[in-house]
Amino acid sequence: MSALQTFFAMGGYAAYVWPAYAVFFIVLIADTIAPGVRRRRVLHELRARLARQSLRQNRNSPAPPSP
Amino acid sequence: MSSWIPLWLHKLGSPPTFYRFAGTLRPWAMLLALLLGAVALYGGLVLAPADYQQGDAYRIIFIHVPSAEMSMFIYAVMGVAAFIALVWRIKLAEVVAMESAPIGAAFTFITLITGSLWGKPMWGTWWTWDARLTSELVLLFLFLGVIGLYHAFEDRRQGARAAAFLAIIGIINVPIVHFSVNWWNTLHQGSTINIFGKSKMSWDMLWPLLTMMLATKFYYAASLFNRVRTDLLALEGGKDWVRQIAESEARS
Repeated sequence: MSALQTFFAMGGYAAYVWPAYAVFFIVLIADTIAPGVRRRRVLHELRARLARQSLRQNRNSPAPPSP
Repeated sequence: MSSWIPLWLHKLGSPPTFYRFAGTLRPWAMLLALLLGAVALYGGLVLAPADYQQGDAYRIIFIHVPSAEMSMFIYAVMGVAAFIALVWRIKLAEVVAMESAPIGAAFTFITLITGSLWGKPMWGTWWTWDARLTSELVLLFLFLGVIGLYHAFEDRRQGARAAAFLAIIGIINVPIVHFSVNWWNTLHQGSTINIFGKSKMSWDMLWPLLTMMLATKFYYAASLFNRVRTDLLALEGGKDWVRQIAESEARS
């Protein structure tokens, strides 16, 4: 068996060691990505709200009648 | 206390200042976490020898023990921040407490799963209701309870206060988790690392473990900064500084 194969075999405990490491990395990567997704959503909603507000202000002020 | 410290702290506690401060420090904390984590993994998976009793299965320790330590460390940080939030009503302390909870829950979940994957080949069971395992599961439920209570209120700050109260009550569980292996006769092994005495581990196994514990601390800092920044944007949506960020990111 090559050195790399020996490493991946983990002395016969590969089925326990590698899933443990996989869980560690998957959970932490998800934890890193989640705030970025939320951040984009929060800013998108804020921009939509600001756009609605400015639209309402334009409607209240004497502006050219809408078609 | 000299007069500049409260002023400096007061400024750091204001959301826009902390937003910039956290944004500057976050990449460095993440870089340190990744570097130290890579070194620790190389030391633990490649350089360290196999255990004379547990063979290579013991290598789960390099993520299991740092995660377990982080689950208690983050709970303690959350408890202190929750206390500050309740007593002095500081918005930033509320945010730090509430955004620590998901990270703590993540580490507690990792601890339980990796422990289960270690327990099966060594103890012959995935799970047993012994003191250490049960109190760690209670810790997970406390984190989930804080997250749930925070989001159960229409008013975010009211939710934060209720959840902060739960977080403070739950602190009692942290010493129970830590000392459970001494107080009760458990299947879980006793502590391997000893801060004040000699550790029951050879140096070539110990240094990767300590390095990983340091790496997870930096990871927590990076993740917390990331989450606190996002939560501040959500909470301060009506303020000018957040509008400027929203508009400048729309253009880019």
